[in-house]
Amino acid sequence: MKILVCLKQVPHQDARLDVNGDGTWIKEDGIKFEINSYDTYALEEALRIKDAGEAEVVVASIGPDRVTQALRTALGMGADRAVHVNDAACQGSDALGIAKTLAAIAKEESPDLILMGLMSDDGNASAVPPMVAELVGMPSATAVVATERSEGNIRVERELEGGAVEVVDVPTPCLLAVQSGLNQVRYASLKGIMAAKKKPLDVKTAADLGVADAVGTAGAKVKIEKIYQPLRGEGAEILSGSTDEIVSSLMNKIKELGLL
Amino acid sequence: MADFAGIDFLLLDEDYSDEELISRDTVRSWVSDRFLPVIQEHIRKDGSFPMELVPEIAELGLFGANLHGYGCAGMNNVAYGLVMQELERGDSGLRSFASVQGSLCMYPIHAFGSEEQKQEWLPKMAAGQAIGCFGLTEPDFGSYAQGMRTKAERKNGGWVLNGTKRWITNGSLAHVAIVWAQTEDGVRGFLVPRGAAGFEAPDIKGKFSLRGSVTSELYFKDVELPGGAMLPDAKGMKGPLSCLTQARYGIAWGALGAAMACFEEVVEYSKQRIVQGGPLAAKQLTQAKLADMFTEITKGQLLALRVARLKDEGKLHHTMVSMIKRNNVDIALTVARNSRDLLGANGIVDDYQAMRHMVNLETVRTYEGTHDIHTLILGEHITGMRAL
Repeated sequence: MKILVCLKQVPHQDARLDVNGDGTWIKEDGIKFEINSYDTYALEEALRIKDAGEAEVVVASIGPDRVTQALRTALGMGADRAVHVNDAACQGSDALGIAKTLAAIAKEESPDLILMGLMSDDGNASAVPPMVAELVGMPSATAVVATERSEGNIRVERELEGGAVEVVDVPTPCLLAVQSGLNQVRYASLKGIMAAKKKPLDVKTAADLGVADAVGTAGAKVKIEKIYQPLRGEGAEILSGSTDEIVSSLMNKIKELGLL
Repeated sequence: MADFAGIDFLLLDEDYSDEELISRDTVRSWVSDRFLPVIQEHIRKDGSFPMELVPEIAELGLFGANLHGYGCAGMNNVAYGLVMQELERGDSGLRSFASVQGSLCMYPIHAFGSEEQKQEWLPKMAAGQAIGCFGLTEPDFGSYAQGMRTKAERKNGGWVLNGTKRWITNGSLAHVAIVWAQTEDGVRGFLVPRGAAGFEAPDIKGKFSLRGSVTSELYFKDVELPGGAMLPDAKGMKGPLSCLTQARYGIAWGALGAAMACFEEVVEYSKQRIVQGGPLAAKQLTQAKLADMFTEITKGQLLALRVARLKDEGKLHHTMVSMIKRNNVDIALTVARNSRDLLGANGIVDDYQAMRHMVNLETVRTYEGTHDIHTLILGEHITGMRAL
């Protein structure tokens, strides 16, 4: 069995983000990046299938040199090999450009299962997973919170609004876009990190994958007009002091406002 | 709470390899997720190490991480240093646990042990299934360890061990004690298993410092050991001193972790804390303290990184380790004290980390070669004269 896990490297959750000069994206210089949190659950799910039996786990990502660190982390956690689309031409791709690139990798790899996060922590679009599934002609399920595998099928639980759960049978090969909290994500071990140095990491360009026309700002059908920080409102009060002091002043405020 | 970010004013991250950064960030996440939520309770309640985390620490590969073979990760010394930094960002007791296991116990078995000793102990110790302790210091002999009274005498092809060791991290937890003793041909190291007849390891109670770590005494009364209990390749004080060089190297990195934990906490606090109509952070005296901390931590990082690279290149001299242990612990202690000061009264409660690190660092300043002993090691290096 072969599993393809698509990862995105996103700004670290605590990174201080500033808008870039032309107001179309953030300044990426000097900020720390990490694997998109949703994708870590996808990777963990793949590694659990590998742990349970015979499976090869291939991780794929698109982005500049820094993305090597995300892929090496995934290899350190237990993935077998990595594909890195490192091509300046991909800069500024829209969701469809990314999906076409990942679909081209999927067509080369012919996996039995494609796993990825439901959405990215930075873009928040949830657009790529169903696009990839359509492009490679696989059935897909999104917001997956549980999986149960049987021959030729994966029964998944999907999270719906209001806490409801939907149960769907998805025939394999298929693509699953997973919700956070699907599993407990492992840490890479130092031994795994050392072993990762020797695992294959293939670097490709958009042209190698035959998607040169679809990627980058040139290939994008969606153009970002503007990114900005909403203006800060007035009236917020930050409480300080020890935990006990904060709790007691918060309680006083609530009483003052007649909310209790 | 935001995850720990550390300080990287001089963009040193650009100097680290992928595996060095991944190792650091992995341990950083683990400390935030798994260690910090439990340490306060262990320190408040009874002063104990969270032993329930040992299997996870072993799974991460943190025991003997810079040793090769026998189930060890085989990291370079930069990655190892960064790991020590992250552990001590959690607590000096956590880093001490890993230092004692790796540098003081696994290292001498790896460097001076017989193949049989290595096979018996190293895989189990890397897996956290066997814990070690290092018995060098005695009640009457700290810095002057060569004066030790513990002695081992030959008897029927084996040895009989008598004496007392004190201030031994993990003494009562250990499955094996590496004990240094006088013999007819100088100081030698012995592997003493827990439960050997005549061997007891009561804990030292009442510690203000390193409360997240177990400290014991070791008593040996006519403890009989087989001939194979001695480390064959360690003769004289060079054996234990080379272990200490390894551990001190890790401490120099660890101290930076404790300092950065205090710094990050106090910067955040000073921005939030309003005094006399404005943030504490906007006061000149606060900024002077923060600027000093920031600069000293950055200088400490440069020292540690350079010495790490030299260690990997095989160019390390133990006096370099003396310099970075002495300097980095000293600046970390100053950072912790000034952080505690800026936190005001809040600084004396355990909702904040500064005082915990501060009192821990008092121990770190004393153990593994006191600050003053490292001063004299450097003094002798400079002048060629041993000072009295």
